[in-house]
Amino acid sequence: MLDQLPAIIIAVPLIAAAVCALIRNETVCWLIALVVAFASFVGSATMLGQVQKYGEDISYKLGGWAPPVGIEYKVDLLAGYVLVLVSLIATAVLIYGRQSVKLEIKKNLHGWYYTMYLLCMCGLLGIVITGDAFNAFVFMEISSLSMYTLIALGKDRRAVAAAYQYLIMGTIGATMYIIGVGLLFTITGTLNMADLAMRLVPLLDTPAAISGMAFIIVGLSLKIALFPLHLWLPNAYAFAPSAVTSFLAATATKVSIYLLMRYLYTVFGFGFSIERTPIPEVIMVLSLLAIFAGSFTALFQENIKRMLAYSSVAQIGYITLGIALANATGLTGSLVHIFNHAVMKGALFMLVGGIAMQVGTVRLSDMAGAGKAMPLTMFGFVLGGFSMIGVPGTVGFVSKWYLAMGALENGWWWIVALLMLSSLLVLVYMGRVIEVAFFRERPVDAIPLKEAPKSMIVTAWVFLLACVYLGFDTSFTVGVAEQAVNVLLGGVQ
Amino acid sequence: MRGHLILRVVSKILIPFLLMFALYVQFHGDFGPGGGFQAGVIVAAAFVLYALIFGLRAMQKIISPALLEIAVPLGVLIYAGVGVYTWILGGNFLDYNMLDSHDPSHGQHLGVLLVEAGVLLTVSSTMLLIFYTFAGRGR
Repeated sequence: MLDQLPAIIIAVPLIAAAVCALIRNETVCWLIALVVAFASFVGSATMLGQVQKYGEDISYKLGGWAPPVGIEYKVDLLAGYVLVLVSLIATAVLIYGRQSVKLEIKKNLHGWYYTMYLLCMCGLLGIVITGDAFNAFVFMEISSLSMYTLIALGKDRRAVAAAYQYLIMGTIGATMYIIGVGLLFTITGTLNMADLAMRLVPLLDTPAAISGMAFIIVGLSLKIALFPLHLWLPNAYAFAPSAVTSFLAATATKVSIYLLMRYLYTVFGFGFSIERTPIPEVIMVLSLLAIFAGSFTALFQENIKRMLAYSSVAQIGYITLGIALANATGLTGSLVHIFNHAVMKGALFMLVGGIAMQVGTVRLSDMAGAGKAMPLTMFGFVLGGFSMIGVPGTVGFVSKWYLAMGALENGWWWIVALLMLSSLLVLVYMGRVIEVAFFRERPVDAIPLKEAPKSMIVTAWVFLLACVYLGFDTSFTVGVAEQAVNVLLGGVQ
Repeated sequence: MRGHLILRVVSKILIPFLLMFALYVQFHGDFGPGGGFQAGVIVAAAFVLYALIFGLRAMQKIISPALLEIAVPLGVLIYAGVGVYTWILGGNFLDYNMLDSHDPSHGQHLGVLLVEAGVLLTVSSTMLLIFYTFAGRGR
């Protein structure tokens, strides 16, 4: 049973998705999805625990075919860490989202919603667990196609346009990725990532390898929504159903960043991709642009879901900045921020879902006086905002600390200054929401507000408390991230 | 298309051959290029041709959209079911060697056959369902 875990966490969600499509009863499908997502979480955590305990990667031969010919599922520290993150968020969003899904999505589509949700989770977990370059593409398509469907389920008609835009951009990204994999395949004759890494060593300077690398990185950057390839993101986040936004924001881009790291560090190797190509410089410039352009645009958003979406563009910049710093501390910061950002942005989008449910819109001006009527939601927003700013004692501080330390190791004090400046921007745009909610009176003719349903508030607050807890006790996030960085950098140096 | 005698007669002759060719592609998949995906598209093409000539309503009398909505996940379940069965037999997921206790190559043969049947069902139903959705718009 234990040695079958890698296949179980992928196959069971797939089967459950098909079963949900046959049953289509809201309660039953929700229960199935919840049980399966939680089981995936337990499975992922068990595998991560095993990898940590025995210090040995888990390798699974799908269909009994040995790698590099067969498809290999591989769990190392980094993969285990991201698997735990994705399955944890998937479970939490299911608990959180039931009420808002009932309200926001048409009744006859509830069963399909859970089908697509499970397929999406299956795809995201698959990208992380697979050790095969082409299989990663297949899972990328599974997760993306189901994600487009989920976004299109949004109440607003613009959701369909947003999903279509994401579909076009996402497909271009996936196509670029597969062209890159094709180029690498023609010169090496293998698709297994570990085997690819070995065979690429003498071929790294060939035009095919370099262009393959360029295609893969640009393709994945589209999926990551790295500035300036982020154009699909704000609309997709803003018009998707609340539960979908929470799930999407916390997982989809993170998984793509994981895949990018896999290519940079495992396949091409630190010694080539970071030290001998201009990739770190390019990523550095784009990350800083993402941080400032994203935060600056967020300042002027009237729709708070869009505001948080632009803030996500900026936060992705922080994560990629850690890659560009090209040292262990910076990369640790990146990995920690993958987890931390998922937790805090997940919580914020959950709270916004509650606001959307009670206020009816997510326009900032309609939220006047919401602080008095929905204290739990709005105080949660304040706490989440603190974490986004990076106030000490929250997770946001931990990641920024590691990024700043990484920058100082290189002697780049100006990066530290820019990080501080960007925090001020976050303070301003989060402050706007708090100002409207707490310091403006609710208009007399506006509908009276009450707190969002308990299931939504409780899940959001569990995440918020996790923001604080993980801000003090970093043994899980930083602990695993540091070990994973050792493996990523140590394996090739 | 009631008046187009030639179209109606020719497509009536063509459709059985299209389906036959689909089956050829399906089973050829065991030995070379072919398989459930390509065959599924050809099956769907035969039905789409029928719908184009004789009308969507006539087509939906034969295969209703509700039936297709069941067929799509059912194909996935056939595929995954083979994997689950190999689990029960004590192998890895989709390890076809387990399917035949005497000769593993027979197991491989059987496994591919079953899995491709699932693929055929899902792909052909999905293609047809997409066609129904587009053709049924505005009605």
